Amino acid sequence: MSNPTLYEEVTAKSYEELTANFDWSIAERELGYKPGDPINIGWMCSDRICRLGMADKVALYWENFQGNHQRFTFDDVRVLSNTVAQFICDLGIQPGERVCLFMDRVPELYIGFLGVLKTGAVAQPLFSAFGDESLLVRLQNANTSAIITQKKHVPKVRKIREQLPNLRHIIIVDANETPLQQREVKFHMEAAPRVEDFAVYPTTAESPSVLHYTSGTTGQPKGALHVHDSIVSQYLTTKWALDLQPDDIYWCNADPGWVTGTSYGIIGPWSNGATQVVLDSGFNAERWYEFIERRRVTVWYSAPTAIRLLMKEGTEIVKRHDLSSLRHLASVGEPLNAEAVIWSQEAFGKPFHDTFWQTETGSIVITNFPGMPIKPGSMGKPFPGITATVLNTKTYEPITQLGLAGLIALRPGWPSQVRGYWNNEAGFKAKFKNGWYLCGDRASIDADGYYWFMGRDDDVINTGGHLVGPFEIESALLEHPAVFESAAVAKPDRVNMEVVKAFVTLKRGYEPTADLELEIMNHIRKRLSPLAMPQQIEFVDSLPKTRSGKIVRRILRCKEFNEPVGDLSTIMDD
Amino acid sequence: MDEISKVVRDYVVREYLEEGDDREVNETTPLISGGIVDSFSMVSLKRFLEKKYNIQIPDADATPDAFDSVQRIVALVHRFQKPVTVAV
Repeated sequence: MSNPTLYEEVTAKSYEELTANFDWSIAERELGYKPGDPINIGWMCSDRICRLGMADKVALYWENFQGNHQRFTFDDVRVLSNTVAQFICDLGIQPGERVCLFMDRVPELYIGFLGVLKTGAVAQPLFSAFGDESLLVRLQNANTSAIITQKKHVPKVRKIREQLPNLRHIIIVDANETPLQQREVKFHMEAAPRVEDFAVYPTTAESPSVLHYTSGTTGQPKGALHVHDSIVSQYLTTKWALDLQPDDIYWCNADPGWVTGTSYGIIGPWSNGATQVVLDSGFNAERWYEFIERRRVTVWYSAPTAIRLLMKEGTEIVKRHDLSSLRHLASVGEPLNAEAVIWSQEAFGKPFHDTFWQTETGSIVITNFPGMPIKPGSMGKPFPGITATVLNTKTYEPITQLGLAGLIALRPGWPSQVRGYWNNEAGFKAKFKNGWYLCGDRASIDADGYYWFMGRDDDVINTGGHLVGPFEIESALLEHPAVFESAAVAKPDRVNMEVVKAFVTLKRGYEPTADLELEIMNHIRKRLSPLAMPQQIEFVDSLPKTRSGKIVRRILRCKEFNEPVGDLSTIMDD
Repeated sequence: MDEISKVVRDYVVREYLEEGDDREVNETTPLISGGIVDSFSMVSLKRFLEKKYNIQIPDADATPDAFDSVQRIVALVHRFQKPVTVAV
């Protein structure tokens, strides 16, 4: 690894100044990275920060809902990630193999992520609330070699391990006296002998780093493969779009099972040498405000669903806490509605800044830049270095008429762009038209260059900021003995923007009852995840189909949104 | 522990704790903030209560705070149960 340069002080510059003559080499220079040299995210986020003189600075304050807490300096993160890396290497894991991290938001997840990357293996974080079917599909697709997990999640792994012959190691971080079964091994990060020096694998810019799964309209979830060069985008967007400065205390609500939790819950803050706080707890407004107050959080990156839940609790509860430490607020996951921006101004004295990006972009691509006037409800403007537009849905040419909706498209080439879908070249190629990467969302652009979100361009359901594919839900619905046919679509929701609604036809002998509805809901929740669980099931006699028998979800979705179905002649002939 | 408490507690343990998860759930155990039931799963718990006790819980009252313990859930159920009328 090259020697790090001195940490460059952040200077407040305007969006226009930063956009003019922008080059990603700005970030490369600040990271002390010379193109062509080895670059490893694990090293960049720990060893490099220590070499910059911040070894004793706190990297992570962690606590859970029970009030247990831990504190880790950057030197702790360096040594403990070395320890994880050494353990993985000793198991025989080779560079390029996939190592899944399947844990709640415990310190082992954050530090283990860097440890996996230090070995040259590919980190595959998965949301710990996933059910066994969701877990199986993703581990099978990635041909994963090892999984790092907690004892509470081991039963799910045991249920599917026979179908995963290549999963050689099940590493349990809190096994204690738990009797181990085949392929299982105990590893206590802090009790293990500390590894001061570890020979970090010399990955290069295009070496695979992280594999995040995301849902599409058709087929099973796709593994979006990122590379170590992504840190260039993640570092700079954290610094500029989230306005993270050296003395900040940063809180990102996202779970590292999803891309926000790795890009901005690990790589972004730690590559900037920032102190971050993690609360491993479910939603509780009182607890959240108390946490911000006690930890003196200055930069808060949250999500519209969480903000709307806080809105439900009102502003009186806000006034009971000293939240004066908050300096910058940002949001991601789904469009931030204007009401939430206005409420935030009223409640916290400052607005949430909406940011737009997705698993495939790896980092923020459109944002309400700090200092830029906010138009409540707008996504903001493209991040410097990102060429964005909206395309005509038929010609895939940029729309020049202001205010006209089209497909959000980006010119490929930014460092954190996805490099491919795992074992799915055709699916990846389909994301590009006329030299543009298609995000799958629709928006319009106003006269000032601000983007305004209009909706998805496909059947994918955006619930609570997470994308859920209808195919995966429908497949799991069909596993239920009562279900004959099914269609899963989005239904509007005040808190989560969208939730899953399922239309189901029943097999002979089954009656549509409230008991059956609840049974099917719980079946999906356990097999897939709570996010995928239909919040409503409508039992119908038949589903709308094309002449060739394909279910037309669009008709059902439009009804839910009270939108016109439009011309169906070509669809029905399919 | 009254009858409703027992029913709710048993349902939570059976439906929301993973097999092998030996965490104790009592009347005051934090369910939502403790990560046992998330805000999405809350909908299925609400549906269970509505079905079991023949009540309707308005969405505005189905907050994470109101579902954060067995004790609070029982209070919610009592609130929406129709008063029993006694003929005199």
